[in-house]
Amino acid sequence: MTIDRAGGGGLALLALWVLWECRRLPLGSWHEPGAGAFPAALALVALGLGLAIVAVGGRATRLVDVDWRETPRALVIVAAGAFLTFGLERLGYRPSVLVALLFLVGAVERRGLVPTVAFAVGMAWGSFYLFNTLLKVPLPVGPLGF
Amino acid sequence: MLETLQNLALGFGVALQPPILLYAFAGCVIGTLVGVLPGVGPLAGISLLLPATFGLDATRAIVLLAGIYYGAMYGGSTTSILMRIPGEAASVMTCIDGYAMARKGRAGAALAIAAVGSFVAGTVSVVALMLLAPPLATFALRLGPPENFALLLLGLLVLAYMSGGSMLKSLAMAALGLMLGMVGIDPMSGYFRFAYGVVELGDGIGVVPLAVGLFGLAEVLASAGQPTPPKVQKPKLRELLPSRQEWRDSMAPIGRGTVLGFLIGIVPGSAHIISSFVSYAVERRLSRHPEEFGHGAVAGVAGPESANNSATSGAFVPMLALGVPSGPIPAVMLAALMVHGVSPGPLLIQQQPALFWGFIASMYVGNVMLLMLNLPMVGLFVNVLRIPYGLLYPAILVFCVVGVYAVNGSVVDVWIAVTMGVLGWLLRKLDFETAPIVLGAILAPLLEMSLRQSLAMSDGHYAIFVARPIAAVLLAVGAALLLLGLRAWIARGLDWRERLALAEKGDAP
Repeated sequence: MTIDRAGGGGLALLALWVLWECRRLPLGSWHEPGAGAFPAALALVALGLGLAIVAVGGRATRLVDVDWRETPRALVIVAAGAFLTFGLERLGYRPSVLVALLFLVGAVERRGLVPTVAFAVGMAWGSFYLFNTLLKVPLPVGPLGF
Repeated sequence: MLETLQNLALGFGVALQPPILLYAFAGCVIGTLVGVLPGVGPLAGISLLLPATFGLDATRAIVLLAGIYYGAMYGGSTTSILMRIPGEAASVMTCIDGYAMARKGRAGAALAIAAVGSFVAGTVSVVALMLLAPPLATFALRLGPPENFALLLLGLLVLAYMSGGSMLKSLAMAALGLMLGMVGIDPMSGYFRFAYGVVELGDGIGVVPLAVGLFGLAEVLASAGQPTPPKVQKPKLRELLPSRQEWRDSMAPIGRGTVLGFLIGIVPGSAHIISSFVSYAVERRLSRHPEEFGHGAVAGVAGPESANNSATSGAFVPMLALGVPSGPIPAVMLAALMVHGVSPGPLLIQQQPALFWGFIASMYVGNVMLLMLNLPMVGLFVNVLRIPYGLLYPAILVFCVVGVYAVNGSVVDVWIAVTMGVLGWLLRKLDFETAPIVLGAILAPLLEMSLRQSLAMSDGHYAIFVARPIAAVLLAVGAALLLLGLRAWIARGLDWRERLALAEKGDAP
């Protein structure tokens, strides 16, 4: 499996799914396209392009030869981002940022306790002050009042 | 001409107001920092700062964002020359000869030539923008839905053709972007498309979550676990003056880079990246000593640096005059203007002269500020690189989340950004360009609307696209580009796009 074939195949599958979903939308006629016509046409184009990439992608780099070394850390960052997003309106902006940063800087980057806490608290409260107070961008406050 | 000068005087009246000057200065400083930091490109910087402009009026907002854009172009050269780390993609070519000059003890001269070249190119290209945008806008008023459809389609095809790497893969990414742009309410029938009951998706997938995810978060994921950058060498202030010979060697490349950069900037695509690559190739071809390239040729710094700054102004021409963004950065700036109730396009210059001419004048002022900022304060900016990456990326992650959330106060937008971050990272690993996705998503609703309006005008006859001369010519140019792309594909040769892709990866030609 090469990188081109993986990417092209993924696009083709997505296009097939979009085509399947278009059945719920009115296609209209050739002369008067409906809400589903343009997405269906785009999905057909994407399907064609995806299959073309699969067809000619045999000489590209093999998927196993790609450097995936950063994957474990990238997944941890995604998990931290997901937690931050999940907690934003449930816990509040500052507690979510605080927990995410304590985890990333302390557990993942293995910094000392004092610099980790100082950085996390500084970022959580400092960015809240910058955006919410100074720039008037409303940020969510949690059930604990911060 | 007299009218242009009067308008420019109006613009300077706006741009020289202390608050506007302050925002231009802030934009330049932030932009320089964004350019210095590897991984945080101008697009991510502008996307992150976008919510911070919501409390400002449109003029201040666009002046701040434009300052970040051209500030990043200036700042990118600093790390390229001193550390061989391109602060942003357009500085890749500067790494080659800029770093070679630094190793010969001419770091100060290389920085000065890059800064002066950027200043000259920035200033001259603003003059060209000022002269070209108004007549183009007048012409654009004559375009109807069929011409708009052809123009937007051509824009996507040109972007795919001009992007580095395979045209087939770029077109595939544009198609993916167009499909993402279909999410939301159909403006003509009111049907919800691909929203699955999520009310927030009714307005479609926003530009900011898309751009922050694909560029900001994807960069954080891609560079996870990277070592701290190497030690930085700091040139002293008195070492910044190039020799007489170095000045002589840089003059013609600066001139050529300016013209090339502006012309390439107008064309959709990753203009600032392509322009620096083309400029480097031109300079090496024209040089009497091509063997010096790669070993500290002055022209190898002066040409690409001038070209990428000139392309920045060139990219504003279609955005301001036609309302058509030529790349992801102008697209985000277009979105910023629309948030403030301003619709860029042919009527902008007539309806909002203070904003348009104030913006133009602020670019002159910004270029002077950047020249004054970059040379004496280069040591200060380079210090930013001392921040350990283990602290930098969590901070960037937080800014990405807060930046996206602040646009609509919507957690759904943040989820979209996180998803796009993972998608962008995976696509990078698979060697797919992500810029066409952003442009596709922005252009999709416009493209669909102009197609359906055209068919309504012609009673459903598709011949309207070939019966109207401007639309027919634009479509013919698009078809020609497709054929050109196919030719390189059939010939199996390494054309300039593949060479550009290799250069961006660090395998300089």
